[in-house]
Amino acid sequence: MKVNPDPEPQEEGPLRLVEVAAAETVDPAMWDLRLYVAGKTAKSVAAFENLSRICEEHLAGKYKIEVVDLLVHPQLAQGDQIVAIPTLVRKLPEPIRKVIGDLSNAERTLVGLQLRPARSGAEDAS
Amino acid sequence: MGRVEINPDTSNRTLPKAATGIQGLDDITSGGLPRGRPTLVCGSPGCGKTLLAIEFLVRGAVQYAEPGVFMAFEETSEELAQNVRSLGFDLEALARENMLRVDYVHVERSEIEETGEYDLDGLFIRLGHAIDSIGAKRVVLDTLETLFGGLSNAAIVRSELRRLFRWLKGKGVTAVITAERGDGTLTRHGLEEYVSDCVILLDHRVTEQLSTRRLRIVKYRGTTHGTNEYPFLIDDTGISVLPVTSLGLQHTASGERTSTGIPRLDEMLGGEGVFKGTSVLVSGTAGTGKTSVAAHFVDAACRRGERCLYVASEESESQLTRNMRSIGIDLEPWTANGALRFHAARPTAYGLEMHLATLHKMVNEFDPTVVAVDPISTFLNAGTAREAEAMLTRLVDFLKGRQITAVMTNLTHGGTAAERTEGGISSIIDTWLLLRDIELGGERNRGLYVLKSRGMAHSNQIREFLLTDRGVELNDVYVGPEGVLTGSMRAAQEAREKAVTLTRQQEIERRQRELETKRQALDAQIEALRAKFEAEQSELELIIGQEEAAAQRLRDDRKDVERIRKADRSAAERSDA
Repeated sequence: MKVNPDPEPQEEGPLRLVEVAAAETVDPAMWDLRLYVAGKTAKSVAAFENLSRICEEHLAGKYKIEVVDLLVHPQLAQGDQIVAIPTLVRKLPEPIRKVIGDLSNAERTLVGLQLRPARSGAEDAS
Repeated sequence: MGRVEINPDTSNRTLPKAATGIQGLDDITSGGLPRGRPTLVCGSPGCGKTLLAIEFLVRGAVQYAEPGVFMAFEETSEELAQNVRSLGFDLEALARENMLRVDYVHVERSEIEETGEYDLDGLFIRLGHAIDSIGAKRVVLDTLETLFGGLSNAAIVRSELRRLFRWLKGKGVTAVITAERGDGTLTRHGLEEYVSDCVILLDHRVTEQLSTRRLRIVKYRGTTHGTNEYPFLIDDTGISVLPVTSLGLQHTASGERTSTGIPRLDEMLGGEGVFKGTSVLVSGTAGTGKTSVAAHFVDAACRRGERCLYVASEESESQLTRNMRSIGIDLEPWTANGALRFHAARPTAYGLEMHLATLHKMVNEFDPTVVAVDPISTFLNAGTAREAEAMLTRLVDFLKGRQITAVMTNLTHGGTAAERTEGGISSIIDTWLLLRDIELGGERNRGLYVLKSRGMAHSNQIREFLLTDRGVELNDVYVGPEGVLTGSMRAAQEAREKAVTLTRQQEIERRQRELETKRQALDAQIEALRAKFEAEQSELELIIGQEEAAAQRLRDDRKDVERIRKADRSAAERSDA
């Protein structure tokens, strides 16, 4: 799996949503999350809101979310193998994980981010 | 099917097309793939879909200056570049020249969790970015169906694919989408439902352990196209599709004649040899000299400065050259100066279609005037009789269409009728020479006759066929009250006949001498009689003379007496009067 080096510094694009930067230093305990969107669509906004909520609940203080708008930076889609929109990429901790969709199902998002094991997660949900 | 875009060019009578540059494919599609529309290429694994797609892009870039985007779902760009390097395609160089962009799309289900609504805008953006960055006119998506494996929500994938094809049309790019063949359907995930303009099916069939690749245009909306299955080759120059079944019977018949290289045989064929561009079959049992006849033919053509292709399926080039040298035919100078090219391959090496395809390719490249296939019977081993027949028919048709004289040899099996040629190809043969063994008097000799030769008055005679160190010679056979004799029996019979003739000759001479003697005797008699007659004649003439003299004298005497008697004048006058 090809891991893209740190993305180019984000410009202040018109469609850029929000960037929550908790810390600049690369801390191994830090969660480096990247959310790929294409324009400010309902799905994108929902995905970002859902993600922020989940992170605050489970990873308070040790996460970083970067939003990449592919309409502005189409060349970035290739590096993280983005096909679906929206896609959440967990860059760190490794291995890379991806969660696609608007993240409306918190349980599944947590499973995708490996914050919860798949089986028990399903049991919890039921 | 909700087709939104209407191509402005459909109002034209002919659909605009994008030439693929792939040998033969543009012929059967009458010009190429539908321009600005997606084409579906489906087939089972390993049938050459990816190669066809990449060749479409490479040829588009190199030959038609149309940049292309290759979106690979299965192979990385490095793997892809490596795989096609053997075909002489340098993807890296094309990428450097901005004529090609390869985007490897990796969708790994195990890494992905799905939750909630999503779309495939990421794919659209990547593709759009790649297209715009080099101004691509051609796009390949290989193999799009991987998305079904990578994403669990098939409903979303489907609706997004539908959107993708519409979007591609909107972009105006000529797209090739490859798809795996499904069980009983063209594609596993029913992509043919979305791509309705042009569907090409590739097939890789193995019959009796021999594989043949075939291509078929399943549909091509708005244009005429060949509907048959066309065999295609993948070799070091890429794909070549051979529209071999599309040949008709339109070839023009030449009035020109071509020598067989055996003067006596030319003599049998109306004195001038066979017609140019016809098919000649030399059939016979093992060891009857079929190859020698073919070699003569080839040698004669090379001597005239023509090019020949020799397809040997039983002997290697060097073996054949050596063997022919033993009968005084040296083929080596012709191979050296490029007039003669050998193609030696066991028919069982690959399928019949492949053979035919290879021959097509070689003929197209080399452009010979004579093609020798020695022997065609081995092709029967490479497939079923029906296939072999079809293949040979197509081969003959193809060669005729190009005005190439075909010399084929056929090994007939002992026991079966010599006239029976397997494959039933006799009807497509114009000149059929039959070589047969004649077993007589404890020896085996060869006989040749012309079974048929269309369009000429040919000899109906059997000739004895001799292999000498100066090549093939044809002799008259002995045909007499004792039947057809050849070899030493012919020689013996001829000697016997000679003796009989000699005796007769002597008898005649004796009689002539006798006659002469008789004539001489007669002449002598005639001479004697004449001498006798002449003697009598002279005697009688003498007597007559004496008698006349005596009568004269008597008259003179009477005049004297009258003069003396002074007879009266009147009396004297009267007597004078």
